[in-house]
Amino acid sequence: MSGTDETGTSRRAFLGAGLAAGGAVATTGLARAQDADPLITEVQDWASAFGDPVDATPYGMPIHYESHVVRRNVEWLTESPVSSINFTPIHALEGTITPQGCAFERHHSGAIELAKQDYRLMISGLVERPLVFTYEDLTRFPRTITTAFCECAANGGMEWGGAQLEGCQFTQGMIHNMEYTGVPLRLLLEEAGVKPEGKWVYAEGADASSNGRSMPLEKAMDDVLVAFFANGEALRKEHGYPVRLVVPGFEGNMWVKWLRRIGVYDRAVESREETSKYTDLMPDGRARKWTWVMDAKSVITSPSPQAPIRHGKGPLVITGLAWSGHGKVARVDVSLDGGVNWVEARLTGDVKSKALTRFHLDLDWDGSEMFLQSRAVDETGYVQPTKNQLREIRGLNNVYHNNGIQTWWVRADGEVENVEIA
Amino acid sequence: MSKSLKLLAPALALLAAPAFAEPLGLGRAALPEEIAAWDVAVLPDGTGLPDGSGDVFTGDEVFAEKCASCHGDFAEGIDNWPVLAGGQGSLTNRRPVKTIGSYWPHLSTVWDYIHRSMPFGAAQTVTADETYAITAFLLYSNGIVEDDFELSQTNFKDIVLPNAEGFYPDDRPGTEYPHFSVAPCMQGCREPVKVTKRAVELKVTPTDPDGKPAGTLPDLRVGAAAGQAATEETAAETEQPDPEPAVEATAETAAADPALIEEGAKVFKKCQACHKVGEGAKNATGPALNGIVDGAAGSVEGFRYSKPMQAAAEGGLVWSHEALAEFLADPKGYMKGTKMSFAGLKKPEEIEAVIAYLASVGG
Repeated sequence: MSGTDETGTSRRAFLGAGLAAGGAVATTGLARAQDADPLITEVQDWASAFGDPVDATPYGMPIHYESHVVRRNVEWLTESPVSSINFTPIHALEGTITPQGCAFERHHSGAIELAKQDYRLMISGLVERPLVFTYEDLTRFPRTITTAFCECAANGGMEWGGAQLEGCQFTQGMIHNMEYTGVPLRLLLEEAGVKPEGKWVYAEGADASSNGRSMPLEKAMDDVLVAFFANGEALRKEHGYPVRLVVPGFEGNMWVKWLRRIGVYDRAVESREETSKYTDLMPDGRARKWTWVMDAKSVITSPSPQAPIRHGKGPLVITGLAWSGHGKVARVDVSLDGGVNWVEARLTGDVKSKALTRFHLDLDWDGSEMFLQSRAVDETGYVQPTKNQLREIRGLNNVYHNNGIQTWWVRADGEVENVEIA
Repeated sequence: MSKSLKLLAPALALLAAPAFAEPLGLGRAALPEEIAAWDVAVLPDGTGLPDGSGDVFTGDEVFAEKCASCHGDFAEGIDNWPVLAGGQGSLTNRRPVKTIGSYWPHLSTVWDYIHRSMPFGAAQTVTADETYAITAFLLYSNGIVEDDFELSQTNFKDIVLPNAEGFYPDDRPGTEYPHFSVAPCMQGCREPVKVTKRAVELKVTPTDPDGKPAGTLPDLRVGAAAGQAATEETAAETEQPDPEPAVEATAETAAADPALIEEGAKVFKKCQACHKVGEGAKNATGPALNGIVDGAAGSVEGFRYSKPMQAAAEGGLVWSHEALAEFLADPKGYMKGTKMSFAGLKKPEEIEAVIAYLASVGG
């Protein structure tokens, strides 16, 4: 890994990057106000009268000034809103944890309402003791806490053929990252006693779609969680209340919501969601199956088309997200010129395995146009490829698992476009 | 030993790793009839199939009744609903058509999915025999069997779908990871860039009223100093993400019960997969429902109604409150042959609510 000797000298690196982009570092003096600011010189209502009492909102929503920060749907993508997807407003979020209320939703038959009292989880198939658990039973198993990203396999799928949508909410927003509390699936399987011939675990939901998915027993016994809390509160309805599966590093479709049955088998069930869907069609007409792991990926969330630069040249914070289904993010590089030159960004906060990692690059922007890109490197040494590198191997019909490098064209006026470059 | 220490001792024993192999004794044994009810998965070799059978002819009829409103009479798919037949030989085309005949590897998946999750919005209402029949019809639609074919659990394994050999397990560790795991270039890595595609030219991104991409962050330098413009702007925006904007229309219907209408908006979610209502609503799988209450049946422009609905329209049927309530309670009982595949609203209060809602929106 390069740049390890630069610990603490990141600012110098960024200034260098600014120069590399062709601009001199501005050293202008502070702007001087024409008139005194009435927000300061006049007593404002909020500085004199009462604000809201306690209990005005027993469970609060974000202040209305932030009402543009919501999940958004692209209506032409799907025929019905109950079998559809929307997108996390990642352009407007910071840090790494995604609030449940704006974390993207994917339902195959709508978000159902299932009470804890009505909840049952069955473990059946190749087990010594087929069991039924109530919600209360689950709360009596030893718990663990895991932070993990959940990314839809189709995140960026609309961009396979070329740049289509304006904004990282739409191009990379089928992702969220939460801190889950729950019971390791391993403990439930041990409670039932997996028979020696049991090699696969099949998880099904209680909703009308059931969305059954198979995974190898090794994964089920490793880090999979039967979760009932997210970000410290009960799962929201749209995220599978009261119980969902958390499958760190694996595609979001496998994170079965409203989890109702765990079946142990000697082979994969080969359900609809793992044959006709979520398989990757290759140029020779055959398809990859069982492409569970989400490879390393990153995106600059600001500036981006929905987060243009409005303050003009000078100090600029470039911020983004990086993640890998194979483990920790080791490094993120940022390019201002479409991949000619790269500089290492700063990983801010804790870096967790199979979880979103925040990166920043503090830049003195000279006001000239930029082609912003980010490139994640994970702890296995895997380097996020360009879209064209992926297309050379997978062709144009692949749809799923697009982890290619995103290019934002930042214009001199600060507006930002989603582009493809050659 | 104090009482609290006695309680603590077994807890500590549990924390020791080897103790996890011992069951905690939580949960209860699943009863055979419970397992039968929930463990309905069918595996590629037919394991899990129940007794039963169904032929192409019957399947054609059941499909027309329960599936064709989305998938089309010939499984060709209506609008963007899945195409189930055809497409063979298209998988290397720029626009591949992935169907049961062209793409799906196992017949078990077809049977399992229909039986477990179809029809859309009324899952688990298809009997085993009907599922065999629909599956037989889909095989026929894909040119895999003749029209006199009957499918049962005994001949199930003999059917091999055309693309059975078309899948292989994830090979990225061999074909991609070595290629993408070399130390990356940092300086002078490529020629200067040229823009080849601009998403903005496609105009397919949802937009805000000002034409910018939906959700664009507000300009913090505009309006903030006066404090007024910003307030107006955000006040307008706060109404936008209201999940049920249609409820606002209640102001126009003074006599209506807002709580009932709100309840109806929730019930209408069951209908939304097929029906749109409200300003600018267009026909979808079902007709747009603006003005449906007390409106003439079968009269929405541009919608292809079933023959029985056309006949009812010619007979002068009006969707009065009573007629609509009867229809919604049992669509197929009220009008045999209707394209509406919905099973019906079981609770009278849901019917009342949804009619109140429909009367409140879309004039």
